[in-house]
Amino acid sequence: MAQHVARPTATTPVVPATLPLRAIAPWAVFFGILMLVLLYFVGAEQGATSVFSGTDVHEWVHDARHLLGFPCH
Amino acid sequence: MNSATVRGLLVRGMLAGLAAGVLALIVAYFLGEPSVDKAIGFEDVHAHEHETEVVSRSLQSTAGLATGVLVYGVAFGGIAALACCFALGRVGRFGPRATALLLSGCALVAVYVVPFLKYPANPPSVGDSDTIGRRTALYFLMMLLSVLLALAATVLGRRLAPRLGTWYATVVAVAAFALVIGLAYAFLPVVDEVPAGFPAALLWRFRLSALAVQAVLWGGFGLLFGELAERLLNPRPGATASAEAVPAAR
Repeated sequence: MAQHVARPTATTPVVPATLPLRAIAPWAVFFGILMLVLLYFVGAEQGATSVFSGTDVHEWVHDARHLLGFPCH
Repeated sequence: MNSATVRGLLVRGMLAGLAAGVLALIVAYFLGEPSVDKAIGFEDVHAHEHETEVVSRSLQSTAGLATGVLVYGVAFGGIAALACCFALGRVGRFGPRATALLLSGCALVAVYVVPFLKYPANPPSVGDSDTIGRRTALYFLMMLLSVLLALAATVLGRRLAPRLGTWYATVVAVAAFALVIGLAYAFLPVVDEVPAGFPAALLWRFRLSALAVQAVLWGGFGLLFGELAERLLNPRPGATASAEAVPAAR
């Protein structure tokens, strides 16, 4: 830390090398879809649309759905 | 090699999202739940039909709330980490920490604040259950529109930067975003289903607490993920723990 204060010109941030799209795409496709499915179950399942019948999922995440801003019922 | 970096950032993003979710959960429980309870009290007095309780209130306000907020945090943490993998080195002269915080700030605005200003969060008893389909569609449409327009504005800013300079390119891009969002606000239908007699102060407090939950979630995520990304990508020379991470990161 003391070194940085002594030489303020040396503190310019290290701009990271870009990650190639080829490396990101497989992770983005698989995990992107997985994450969106999770968000669907928290935000919308058994509201406007249902994958599972009943209201158990809806009722369980009811308070979170209201406080996270999703239309609930 | 690069794939390992993406994996490392994704895992760190989901962990940072989980930790930020814990912070958001604390805010949601202590700031939000009192308003939810009062709104349910209003509902019980004014509702025509009384529903049978599937999940008890004490479970909904604790374990249920925690499930929802934490899963939300992990999911958005993962998505934001993947977006950050793409943004690193592509959005200007920012290091990992600044990139992460900038990205979460933009995500807070694009994913939450912009849709919220048109279709704000509603407590129980606000909103007609017959219109849930329409309200859900409008909300997700607004969210999708906002995210796509934010991405378009970023591309626009990058295109204009060589000609106008970074400052004016950013100003023009943000202004273009605000203009198109304003048009969307003007043309998308209004939803106003607050029942007569519902306390205005309660509605205001609920919505403020919903906003606070998101601000804490995204702010916490940006700071935590930025720190973890910085340590993965720019390990300090001499630190033994990070010295091991160097081969994986490069």
